[in-house]
Amino acid sequence: MTRVLDIQALSKGFSLHHLGQDIAAFDAISFSLDAGEFVLIKGINGAGKSTLLRTIYRSYLPRGGAVVFHSAHGPIDLARAADVDIAHLRRTEIGFVTQFLNARPRVSAEALVAEPLRLAGESADAALHTARGWLSTFGVKEELWQAYPSTFSGGEQQKVNLARALILPRKLILLDEPTASLDAGARAALVARLAELKENGAAMLGVFHHPGDVADLIDRVIDLTPDAAPEEDREDVAV
Amino acid sequence: MTTMTLEPPRLVRTKPLLEIRDVSRSYGEVRALHKVSATAYPGEVLGIVGESGSGKSTLLRMMNLEELPDSGSYHLDLPDTPGDLFELDRFARRMLCATRIGIVYQNPHLGLLMKHSSSGNVAERLLIAGERRFGVLREKAREALSASEFPLERLDAPPIELSGGMQQRVQLAKAIALEPALLLLDEPTTGLDVSVQALLLDTLKRLQQERKITMVIVSHDLGVIRTLADRVMVMRRGEVVEVGLADQVFQDPQHPYTQQLVHAKL
Ligand SMILES: Nc1ncnc2c1ncn2[C@@H]1O[C@H](COP(=O)(O)OP(=O)(O)OP(=O)(O)O)[C@@H](O)[C@H]1O
Ligand SMILES: Nc1ncnc2c1ncn2[C@@H]1O[C@H](COP(=O)(O)OP(=O)(O)OP(=O)(O)O)[C@@H](O)[C@H]1O
Ligand SMILES: [Mg+2]
Ligand SMILES: [Mg+2]
Repeated sequence: MTRVLDIQALSKGFSLHHLGQDIAAFDAISFSLDAGEFVLIKGINGAGKSTLLRTIYRSYLPRGGAVVFHSAHGPIDLARAADVDIAHLRRTEIGFVTQFLNARPRVSAEALVAEPLRLAGESADAALHTARGWLSTFGVKEELWQAYPSTFSGGEQQKVNLARALILPRKLILLDEPTASLDAGARAALVARLAELKENGAAMLGVFHHPGDVADLIDRVIDLTPDAAPEEDREDVAV
Repeated sequence: MTTMTLEPPRLVRTKPLLEIRDVSRSYGEVRALHKVSATAYPGEVLGIVGESGSGKSTLLRMMNLEELPDSGSYHLDLPDTPGDLFELDRFARRMLCATRIGIVYQNPHLGLLMKHSSSGNVAERLLIAGERRFGVLREKAREALSASEFPLERLDAPPIELSGGMQQRVQLAKAIALEPALLLLDEPTTGLDVSVQALLLDTLKRLQQERKITMVIVSHDLGVIRTLADRVMVMRRGEVVEVGLADQVFQDPQHPYTQQLVHAKL
């Protein structure tokens, strides 16, 4: 198995200076992830699931430990890598899928979805063509493709977001409740796309509101609930 | 606070386009900048936020070579510009600033001749760079104004007759007319009403993506910084208190001042 991620004794907490408060999110978590593996993170509200994903993506700065990512250029510790290196990896190898779209004024749905492809060097026409394909797959009505998503319904925005986030294959994909509030059709399209990406070797780490949706993909479960067994294998999944 | 120190870049091998090191500057008793360092990589947008009087505009004027520090150095990774740019003579500094750096000020009076035509304001940049052919001047000014989404039927109107948003577009056109390597923006959208602001931001974002211009943008509006910046630097009392990826600085601010700034906006 090809290793993609080695997390060693990762800790995260927040010092809220104005409140004189310190919030511990998680302490000394260790696990690893191989290519083509799908790991479900579970735990009660506030257990630190989103925080773990954001810390790996470096939206949050870890307090200690290492997040060794085996990039195309060799291993690199995401906990300490330079900001520009992190930005580079986010453009090329590491994806983050949430339920929220970052709409921008006067940027059409299809342009938003095509953007990662254009940034990766595809021609504008080819990128647009592929983008329309994915909008259609996720069930975004054709009359919306050229409209600005800031006025779309929550579900429609979410579909645009999924199309954009999953249009490029990535070595590591982090997912934070991407199915919440999606209709059945879009959910099925998402699961099919995740299966395809997994088949092609993507390593995935995700939190799912309804883990049943992705039951067939899950290889392992990590429970962040305090005092839970640190890791269960597939047979133990109680989804 | 136990922030881990980050390593130098390993994957990104290109040199920073802009590297300013340890600049300090005092005006009498006022310490405007104290050992401030900043880098910007090619195509990157660096956002600068911080309280009023923290030295943001002073730093930008230095990056534009309008002003010299008491100490510190400045490098731009451009052909034919080796060494510390603060050491260049006045003429060389002005030439470099006119040809390779563009700036948009909050106050259009600082950047424009208010009674000359808009196209003339842009053409002036090209004249400084040595272009003398009238047809070329007019055509290039037109191109830059059009790229800035300035209404071309107002080409000959002097900025004094234009709205604030349009004046900023003239400044922007002037700034990008010579395809600068570095674009500096000091509160470019402040004072504009919200819808005009959004349009200008959108133009900036498009220019940045299409032309891969390296940008440094100063704004009090965290929304503006969030929309444009890849990395954010936070200044207070002439010093840098925090620098990081934009989403990290906004979602997981480390310094007490940054936390205060971010939470005040939530
Ligand atoms: N940016 C932040 N600043 C301060 N505290 C935070 C921040 N993000 C998360 N926390 C705190 O860290 C803890 C873990 O939160 P997190 O959002 O990771 O939980 P979660 O497991 O994703 O919960 P849920 O199931 O509700 O989504 C909580 O106590 C939360 O308040
Ligand atoms: N030419 C000057 N002469 C005297 N004092 C100056 C000069 N330029 C700047 N200062 C002082 O240096 C300090 C920093 O000013 P600067 O304009 O850089 O702040 P700023 O961060 O841009 O603030 P703002 O957000 O209000 O625009 C201020 O105290 C200012 O009064
Ligand atoms: Mg969560
Ligand atoms: Mg200022």
